[in-house]
Amino acid sequence: MSAPLVEVSSISRSYGMRAGMFGRSMAVHAVDGVSLAIRKGETLGLVGESGSGKSTTGRIVLGLEPPDRGEVRFGGKPMAMPGTPAWRAQRAQMQMIFQDPLGALDRRLPVATQIREPLDIHGLGEPAGREERVRELLRAVELTPAHGGRYPGALSGGQRQRIVLARALATKPDFLVCDEPVSALDVSIQAQVVNLLADLQAQLGLTLLFISHDLRVVRQISNVVAVMYLGRIVELGSADDLFARPEHPYTQALVSASPAPGRRSAGRIVLAGDPPNPAARPQGCAFHPRCPHAIARCGSEVPALSAVGGDRQVACHLVTGPQAETRDAA
Amino acid sequence: MGRYFAIRIGRAALTIVLVVTFAFVVLRLSGDPALMILGPEAPPEVLAAFRKAWGLDDPIWFQYLDYFGAIAKGELGRSMRDGRPAIELVLERIPATLALTLPAFAFKVALGIPAGIYAALHRGSGIDRAVMMTAVAGFTVPSFVLALLLVLIFAVQLGWLPSGGQDSWRHAILPIVTLSLGGAAVLARFTRSAMLEVLGQPYIRTASAKGVPWRKVVTSHALPNAAIPTVTILGFMVGTLIAGAVVVESVFSWPGVGRLLVVAVANRDLAVVQCILLLVAMTMVTSNLIVDFLYGFLDPRLRAKGAHA
Amino acid sequence: MAPLISIKDLSVGFQGVPVLRGVDLTLQKGEAVGLVGESGSGKSVTWLAALGLLPRHANVSGSVRLDGREILGAPASELDQVRGGRVAMIFQDPASALNPVLTIRRQLCEALALHRDLSGQTVKAEARRLLDLVGIPDAARRLEAYPHEFSGGQVQRIMIAMALAGNPDLLVADEPTTALDATIQAQILELLSTIRREMDMAMVLISHDLGVVAENCDRVAVMYAGRIVEAAPANQLFADPLHPYAQGLIGSLPPLDGPRRRLTAIPGTVPDPASMPDGCAFAPRCTLAAAPCGLAAPTLVAIANDRAVACIRAEASRRALLGVAAE
Repeated sequence: MSAPLVEVSSISRSYGMRAGMFGRSMAVHAVDGVSLAIRKGETLGLVGESGSGKSTTGRIVLGLEPPDRGEVRFGGKPMAMPGTPAWRAQRAQMQMIFQDPLGALDRRLPVATQIREPLDIHGLGEPAGREERVRELLRAVELTPAHGGRYPGALSGGQRQRIVLARALATKPDFLVCDEPVSALDVSIQAQVVNLLADLQAQLGLTLLFISHDLRVVRQISNVVAVMYLGRIVELGSADDLFARPEHPYTQALVSASPAPGRRSAGRIVLAGDPPNPAARPQGCAFHPRCPHAIARCGSEVPALSAVGGDRQVACHLVTGPQAETRDAA
Repeated sequence: MGRYFAIRIGRAALTIVLVVTFAFVVLRLSGDPALMILGPEAPPEVLAAFRKAWGLDDPIWFQYLDYFGAIAKGELGRSMRDGRPAIELVLERIPATLALTLPAFAFKVALGIPAGIYAALHRGSGIDRAVMMTAVAGFTVPSFVLALLLVLIFAVQLGWLPSGGQDSWRHAILPIVTLSLGGAAVLARFTRSAMLEVLGQPYIRTASAKGVPWRKVVTSHALPNAAIPTVTILGFMVGTLIAGAVVVESVFSWPGVGRLLVVAVANRDLAVVQCILLLVAMTMVTSNLIVDFLYGFLDPRLRAKGAHA
Repeated sequence: MAPLISIKDLSVGFQGVPVLRGVDLTLQKGEAVGLVGESGSGKSVTWLAALGLLPRHANVSGSVRLDGREILGAPASELDQVRGGRVAMIFQDPASALNPVLTIRRQLCEALALHRDLSGQTVKAEARRLLDLVGIPDAARRLEAYPHEFSGGQVQRIMIAMALAGNPDLLVADEPTTALDATIQAQILELLSTIRREMDMAMVLISHDLGVVAENCDRVAVMYAGRIVEAAPANQLFADPLHPYAQGLIGSLPPLDGPRRRLTAIPGTVPDPASMPDGCAFAPRCTLAAAPCGLAAPTLVAIANDRAVACIRAEASRRALLGVAAE
C-alpha cells in the first residue's frame, strides 16, 4: 500500500457570521476536526448535504483558504506559505474543477487560449510547443482541435466541463479536487464526464478528491468515501462496502433516500426535521435531533470517529459505544 | 431597528457637512465676492471695507469654523447684496418653486408609472415601442431644449400660452409640462424594467398556476414587488422638489429658488448660495431616509432583519 | 374508462423554433405518471402549454381535453377555474416560487377563496388545516410568516398545501425535489405519495431523475427532443427499456449496489431545437441507427398492452439488450 499523497490532519475552519443585519457576529464552524488521507492514484469521495462543509474541506485541502487549526500535507510536505515560489510550484501540481463550467471560463476568449493560459503562466514547455500541447489536451478530453477555436457560449455544458478539465490537466497535476463536477449536467452527459474522469485517472495516475451530494456518482468513481454532516466526518470506509452496509444512522438514511429504479419507496428511512444549519449546531452529536435511534448520551457527548473493524470508521455512540449491543438486540 | 436608523441619520448628517464644505471651498476659490458685488471700478477702500464687514479678509479656515459655528446657532448668514437674512430670501422663494415642482411630480407619477406598467404588460407591442421611444427622447433631450421647443410652439407659433413670468396659472403650464415630461420618461422606463423583472419571476407563474386571474396577478402579485425598486427613483425625485427647477425657472423667468440660486452664484452671494445648498442637501438626504424606511415597509425581508436587533 | 386528461399532438414553438413536437399522453383518474428526460426535452413545456402558462409569444397547437372538454385555447376565465381548481402545479425552485412580499396566509387564502366556497373564519381555519396536513409545525402562527422565514423543504410543503387548496384532480409536480437535499427530497416525496393516496389525486411527476420517477409513479413516459419516445409501466420500463435512448439513460445511471461497471454513456449531445436532424431526433447519437432512421420521425406505436415506443429499431434494440444481458 502506497503512502498517502494528501494527508489532512484535524483541520478546522470557522467563519464569522452575522444573524441578520444587526445581530451579533458569531462563529460558524464550517469544518470541525476533519482528517483524511488520499493515497496516490486513488479517489476519495466526500459526500454530504448542503452545509456539511464538504466544499470548504476541498478548498482547504487545495490551499485556497487556510485552516484555523490542523494541517494539510501534500507529498509528505506541509503546504507552503501562499504567494511563495514553493507554493506556486505546489499549486501547479493540484487543480480544482467546479460545478459551473461557464462561471469558470472567460466568455470572451476562445477556449484554446484558456487551456494554454496555465502553460504560459507556469512557463511550461517551449512556447512553440504549447499549441501542440493544447491540441493534445483537447484530444485527451475527447474533443477536437476545432472545438478549441470556439467560445464557451458556443459549447454545450458537457463540452465546457471537458474544457475546464483540459485546462486543469495542462500543468500535469498529480491531484485534482472536483467539487460537484457533474451535478449541473444531464444524466447522459454526466456519464460521459464520469467515464472520462475515470479514464484520465487511470492513464495519468491522478489522485482525486471528489466532492458530491450524489451517492451514485461518488460510488462510481471513489475507492474510499467519507460522509460529512455539519462539518464533521461521521463515517468513512471503502466505497462498495460503505454503501452496501452503512453503519452510521445518517449514512443509512442517505443511502435509503437515494431513489432506485425498480424499487418502491416502501421501507425507506425518512428523516424528520429540517436540513442541518451550521449556524445552530446541536450539542453532542450534531445529528442526534434527527436521528431515529438517538439516546441520552448523543445529546451531550460528541462521538469520536473510531475504527469499527475492516477499514471502516464511524462516529456514533450507538455503533462504537457500549450501547451498540443493545441496539442490535432491539 | 434604532441602531439601523442611527447609522443612517449619522451618514445623512455627514453628507450634509460634506456638501456644505465643498460649496464653501469652491465658492471662495472661484472669485472675490467684493469685486463681484461692488464691481471692478469700486475704490480699493470700499472693497477693503466690504471685505472686512463680511469677514472676507480672515483666513479661510477661520471663516469656515465661523460659518459652522453660526449654523450651530441657527444662523445662516445674510445676503451680501441687501443684508437680509439668507434664509428669509430663500424661504420666500420656495412657494413659487413648489408651485412648479409639486404639480410636475404629480404628473410624472400619474404619467410615468402607468405608462411603464402598460409597456411592460404589452412588451414588444406597438404601444410598448412608442412608450419607450418617447421615454428615450424624454430624457435624452435636455430640459432647456425642451423648454425652448415648447415656447416656440405654444407661445411663439400658436400664441396660446405666455413664454415667461408668473402672473397667472397659465404662466405655470409650460414650465410644469417641461419638468414633467423628462421625469415621466425616466419613471416610465424604470417602472417598465422593474415590472418586466418581476413578471419573469417564478412566483408570478405560481400565482397563474393557482388560477388567479391575470388582472389580479398583476395588481396583487407583481405591483407590490415592482414597487420596491420604483420607490428608489421616486425618492430621488422628491429630493429634487426644492431645487430641481433651476434650468426651467431660468428659461421661463420664474422667480423660484432655482433662479435665486443662479443669481446668487453669479454674484458670489455666499450666504445665499450656501443656504440653498444646505436646504437641497437636507431634502435629498431626508428623501433618502424616507426611501430606506419605505423599503422596510414594502419588503418583509428587510423588515425581518430589523426585527432581530 | 374515460381518461381524466388527454393530450393529443401537442406542439409548441417559440419564434418558429419547435420545442414540443407532437406529444400524446393520457392520464386516468388517480394515476401517477412520470415524465423523464433531459433538460430541453419538453417535459415541463408540455404541462405549461396544457395549462396555458406559457408566454403569449409561444405558438401552441394540438388538443388538451380535461374530462372530454377542450381546454387548449379556452377563455381565460375558464382556464382560471381549471388552474388550481382541477389541475394544480408545483415547481422546482422553492426559494422563488412564493411571493416574497405576501404572507403565507394571504397566498394560501387566495387559492382557497378562488376555488372553494368558504368565507371569513373558515378560510383561515382551512388554511391552518392545510399547513398541518403538509407537516408545517405551529401552523396558526406560521401563517403570518413570510416565505423567506422558511427553509427550502418547508416552502415546498407550503407550495403543496397551496396546490391542495382547490382539491384538484391532478397535481403536476415539476422537478419538486431537484433543488433540495437528499434527506429533504425523501420527506417531500413521501408527503406527495401520502397525500395522493389519501386524496385519490392523479399526479404527473416531472423529473430528470429516473430513480425518483421510478419509485413514485405507476407509468413513465420518456421524452427526448420534444417528443415522447417510450411510455410504459414503471417497473417494465426499468427492467426492459425498448427505446435506445431509454436504454442509454438507464445505462448512464451509476448503480448504488452490486458490482461497478463502466457507465454506458450516450455519445454526443442533445440536438439544437433550431436545427433538428431529419427523421428520428435521436438517430445521430444512437448506436443502433440505420439508414431508414434518418428518413422519417418514428411515431409512438403501441407494442403491447400499455406500452408504446417510437423507434423503428425497437426490436433490434431489444435483441441487443438481451444479448448484453445474456453475457
